[in-house]
Amino acid sequence: MIQNDEHDQNKANLTQNIEIELFIEAIFRCHGYDFRNYNKAHIKRRLLFRLSALGLKSISELQHKVLHEADFFDIVLKDLSINVTEMYRDPSFYAGLRKEVVPLLKTYPFIKIWHAGCATGEEVYSFAILLKEEGLYDRAQIYATDFNPLVLETAKKGIYPINRIKEYTSNYQMAGGLNSFSDYYFARYDAVIFNQDLKKNIVFAEHNLATDSVFAEVNLIICRNVLIYFNKELQNKVIRLFTDSLTKGGFLGLGSKENLMFTEMVDQYVVIDAKEKIYKKKVSDNKYGL
Amino acid sequence: MAYKAIVIGSSAGGLIALKTIILGLRKDFMLPIIIVQHISPHSDSFMARYFNQISPLHVKEADEREPVRSGHVYLAPPNFHLLVEEDQTLSLSVEEKVNFSRPSIDILFETASYVWGKHLIGIILTGANNDGASGLEKIARAGGLAIIQSPESAEVPIMPMSAMDHCPTALILPLNDIPDYLNKINQ
Repeated sequence: MIQNDEHDQNKANLTQNIEIELFIEAIFRCHGYDFRNYNKAHIKRRLLFRLSALGLKSISELQHKVLHEADFFDIVLKDLSINVTEMYRDPSFYAGLRKEVVPLLKTYPFIKIWHAGCATGEEVYSFAILLKEEGLYDRAQIYATDFNPLVLETAKKGIYPINRIKEYTSNYQMAGGLNSFSDYYFARYDAVIFNQDLKKNIVFAEHNLATDSVFAEVNLIICRNVLIYFNKELQNKVIRLFTDSLTKGGFLGLGSKENLMFTEMVDQYVVIDAKEKIYKKKVSDNKYGL
Repeated sequence: MAYKAIVIGSSAGGLIALKTIILGLRKDFMLPIIIVQHISPHSDSFMARYFNQISPLHVKEADEREPVRSGHVYLAPPNFHLLVEEDQTLSLSVEEKVNFSRPSIDILFETASYVWGKHLIGIILTGANNDGASGLEKIARAGGLAIIQSPESAEVPIMPMSAMDHCPTALILPLNDIPDYLNKINQ
């Protein structure tokens, strides 16, 4: 009897995996969002969560909803996208940028920066503040992109809950901030709004790393904790896209557990800061990249 | 062998409990072990380095896309959830905390259970919250083996007691008996 139960469990799991593949295919063909090369464990957890929240029995029922109900895809997209971020997340990364990257950016008359997968924008404002303090903001063009239009709306507003400001202030200081963090926002009731002049040179736009292509040549790409959701194939594709988008000598900053060394583009870069995952695209093809 | 992997969840008091288990395993212990220990998001990977120094097994912090190998012990990195993929590789996630925790034991246990089903052993150790209880229940329901450190032998008994509530069929063992029990399974 117990063995039958186990057998049923196994079979149910296999069926579920088939349904998930079909579901992903359905949202790609119906809505254009391509999750086919995402890690599946995370997607499975999120879909099963949605399933139980709706009291449905199978992912096939979710598929029916996503194909036939106009608004349901918004919920699915929210379930499947990761929008957890914070100001100066990993302060040492920003300290690393300040030390290793900013001095070189200062030698350029004009710089372009791409935050890929910016979610609700906290890290975009973090770096904008850093650029201001280094006297670089006025000659910078910042592109902040994400595949989810809903989170971009939040990013554009630059309004965040006040309850995390204490943590953010501490992060700002650890990241090497030069002023008082409160110089950069106004607090109202339970929210803070970041200064409007921080937005002046930022363009927020939809861009999907899995399906869209190069849109600008940039000097620095910051893409943190996005690649961890992709399989090897998609990781390589996205790093190729970054490599094609960077100027010679341009910089790439990844998340603390992401590593360029295991991708096929490793030869195109030199390591600037191994711990903070900051890389520089080689200027020439000689072995020193100089 | 009936079992293919072990997942362990621990929280307050976990360092000593994990040390007891890891040092109590035979040096040719083959089953891969994947661990979530609740830890400060700002801590470095000292725990993996420390255990690796004192244990004959290969203990390391999990990297993304890393294949799960026998004779290895993987620890979730601070501030990341750790998941198991269908192809038996590990993946990381920065999504919301679950049970106020990142890494969360429930996420590891649930995704490991999808992959290994009845071939999985789940162990809940000492801790002061209820993370892992529902994950352990999922492991048991999929036919896997659920083990809980006896509350009397736990530095903080809340997490074992919460797991016992969720998973009444689990095997309750004093901490010192767990390594030997696992050694026998590994033979």
